[in-house]
Amino acid sequence: MTDRRTRFDIRRQPGFGSVAWLCFVVLYLPILIVVVYAFNAGRSVATWQGFSLRWFVSAWHNQLIVECSLRSLRIGSIAAVISTIAATMAALATTRTRPYPGLTLKYAIINQPLMVPEIVTAVALLIVFARVKIWTGYTGLTYLVIAHTAFCIPFAYLPIRARLENMDRVLETAAADLYASSWRVFRYVTFPRLWPGILAGLMLAFVISLDDVVITQFVKSAGQDTLSTYMLGQLRRGVTPEVNAISTIFVLISIIVVVVFFIVNRKRSEQ
Amino acid sequence: MAGVVDGSRARRRDIRKRWLLSSPALIIVLAAAIGPLLVVVVYSFLTPGPYGDVLWKFSTEGWSNVLFERDIFDNTLHLATANLTVFWRSVELSMLTTLFTLVLGFPTAYFIATRPARWRDVWLFVVTIPFWTNLLIRTFAIEELIRNQGIVNTLLIRFGLIQQPIQMMFTDFAILLGMTYVYLPLMVLPIYASLEKLDFRIVEAGYDLYASRFAVLRRIVLPLVQPGLVAGSILVFIPALGAYVAPMVLGGGRKLMLGNLIDLQFGQARNWPLGSALSLTLMAVVTVALLVYARVASPRQQHRYD
Repeated sequence: MTDRRTRFDIRRQPGFGSVAWLCFVVLYLPILIVVVYAFNAGRSVATWQGFSLRWFVSAWHNQLIVECSLRSLRIGSIAAVISTIAATMAALATTRTRPYPGLTLKYAIINQPLMVPEIVTAVALLIVFARVKIWTGYTGLTYLVIAHTAFCIPFAYLPIRARLENMDRVLETAAADLYASSWRVFRYVTFPRLWPGILAGLMLAFVISLDDVVITQFVKSAGQDTLSTYMLGQLRRGVTPEVNAISTIFVLISIIVVVVFFIVNRKRSEQ
Repeated sequence: MAGVVDGSRARRRDIRKRWLLSSPALIIVLAAAIGPLLVVVVYSFLTPGPYGDVLWKFSTEGWSNVLFERDIFDNTLHLATANLTVFWRSVELSMLTTLFTLVLGFPTAYFIATRPARWRDVWLFVVTIPFWTNLLIRTFAIEELIRNQGIVNTLLIRFGLIQQPIQMMFTDFAILLGMTYVYLPLMVLPIYASLEKLDFRIVEAGYDLYASRFAVLRRIVLPLVQPGLVAGSILVFIPALGAYVAPMVLGGGRKLMLGNLIDLQFGQARNWPLGSALSLTLMAVVTVALLVYARVASPRQQHRYD
């Protein structure tokens, strides 16, 4: 690196590298501290009292935590699957075509959840679902699933659309010329090339659903805490290292999902 | 318009099929995101019910309560100073958050964009991992750092630099720190996207004309990546303005922001029309920000496609 200074490097800006490194440290240090203290034997989060897995064990035996985790996973997987299917269909309908009337409107509608602050959507859903709950008397998980599906759609839509826009229609046209039905064209030609995008969309939607706090907090009925809203409650009351233990597991899930996403994408760009 | 001209049957059938295909996504978003917003508009013009919810009686009280409050004794209108404080704190903290993420995010994006091509993906990936980590966990991590028995205070006391822990939790500083930390990746990504397209031959031309490093940065690099800077600022400013978790956890309910004020109307204050009006106010501000963004960002982008 040092010998580069002898030549004038047009890309160099003084101090930028240091700020960047500072950023990377700042981004990771707090998360790292949370993870490290999940393995602390003592109660304190500031003094290290030896390695232990006791907080993982106690989180595992905490009935409420297990219930909330399962609920999170259930809502997340249903919402991710539905939103990805809807987003795939929408992406097929909005790409690889000349502009047609209503196309811009479709973009606007699909991306709308990204444009509105979450708290506003949360309040809106609270109002509407409060009415519906009174009318129907039903207070199940479906409300949460519907809400999550709606805000997951744009996240699932983005990678699928991006992938589709890089695919030409040559193979599809060839298949259609050979009298394949439009379903068979999709099943045997489009889908195999599109699936990395679909997988990416599915995983994004899942992580987004798992992370959601605000909308869930407003939409949930009594006793429907997800892991996120449970943790919010814990944070307001004061923390035990159990929270560190759950956080560590969550961080791991996110990292695994994102790493898979990254690798799939890398393979794609190498192809 | 081309569709009308060629007007063939196949084209019309294709368009109809496309509407059918996109209908599930459109219906879900319309039903569970856009439709409810219209109901919020209606609710903002109704009368608050005694136990929350609303009475179906028209009233503009919700909207006037955004800025004014009625004196309980003589029924006169005063400026609602409590609300104004919250508005001001929201705007101030969001702008400061945008500024700090900009100052930290731009050099970081520049650093990534000037790495060798095969490493850029990896660096970018390193920035995005924290972003995909649960928002609550990241807020909680900041709390671990700065609370009275947290890491920072413990270390400072152990090294004898201070005797008493510094109170950092439940202050504006805590919220600002938390939001800057949480939204930093949102700033880096769009700036990087702009920087990646930057043609360094132009930078070289600048140096050939005897520009200093600072002049090159200010006169060449910054103007060329302006769309990225604006996009990043918008991406940070909008969620910061509606922030709910950071002020709740790090501000401890004492330092409210707009998101918490709205929450309060649907909880303890039981004033749903005011809550609705406040939500719409927030949305109006966000819409203005988006329109500004569209104006600043799009002409340049079109220029590039020419």
